[in-house]
Amino acid sequence: MEGAPVSQAALSSDHQLARLLQIGVVLEELAEARARRNAVNPELDGEFRTVLRDAAEESATHRERLDALIERLNAETVPFEQIEHLVGEQYEPADEFDGVLYDQLCSEATAYKFYDDLIAALAGTDARFTVDRHHVVETLRSIRAEEQAGVKQITDLMETTE
Amino acid sequence: MNTAKRYLRAIYLVQQTEDGRASTGAIADALDVSPASANEMIGKLETDGLCTHEKYRGVDLTDEGIVHAREALGEYCILERFLAEVLAVESFREEADQLEPVINEIVAERLDTIIDRRPVCPDCFDPETGACESLEVDLEARGDPGIESDADAD
Repeated sequence: MEGAPVSQAALSSDHQLARLLQIGVVLEELAEARARRNAVNPELDGEFRTVLRDAAEESATHRERLDALIERLNAETVPFEQIEHLVGEQYEPADEFDGVLYDQLCSEATAYKFYDDLIAALAGTDARFTVDRHHVVETLRSIRAEEQAGVKQITDLMETTE
Repeated sequence: MNTAKRYLRAIYLVQQTEDGRASTGAIADALDVSPASANEMIGKLETDGLCTHEKYRGVDLTDEGIVHAREALGEYCILERFLAEVLAVESFREEADQLEPVINEIVAERLDTIIDRRPVCPDCFDPETGACESLEVDLEARGDPGIESDADAD
């Protein structure tokens, strides 16, 4: 469905920026928890399990970078153990290589889209924040680029296994 | 969530409340926009075949419009429930309204994997209160990952 451009009104205070960064942390924790669980699936070959372990490590690094921004906004992060527990309650392991690939692609693509929208929202607001806006945007762009590379890595894997 | 989807959700809820067509004024009030802005977007939705609009009678969603409106309402419910259940945000309704423009549908779908949404969603959404009827959360027990400047939310 076509629609008008997304409103940028969501981002007008430290509070809202911190809340959105907390959502980013949760998305990273979700990605990390699911990748770690998928990485121990004995149905998968060793090379792909390494890809998943690396992806989990990358998500953990992204989370730490977001945590640093959240701390500077005088807010608290969302504990990984809380999200790991919630993932565990709902998680059903994919029993096929394709299912795990798709799950990992979903994690990477979702995070990419989230950062893309957040960067656009930051560009569209005149609000002043406690943290340096340029630093926040540069951090988010850097993380977004790694998510984009992750999407490419998984889609390349999908193509080679077709 | 894009602007068109927010309008469809608002029209759907106003139609439920008014049990019939939704007046442009009520739609504008629901979205806190001017009647002129509401009229402009309603015209676009009508062009896309998502609603019909008759002057002095109001707006009626088409079947396709209802499908999109319910999807949009479901995404909004995910955000409300995520804020309440996972982040233990006391003012989850207000924050959901503020944050939804930045939360895309694929992000909402991912957040949906860690919340306890009812199978009947979005039929459990109460248009009067603006929240899910079954959403009752013990916020203190959850432990809010606090944000010191809560007053900024308003």
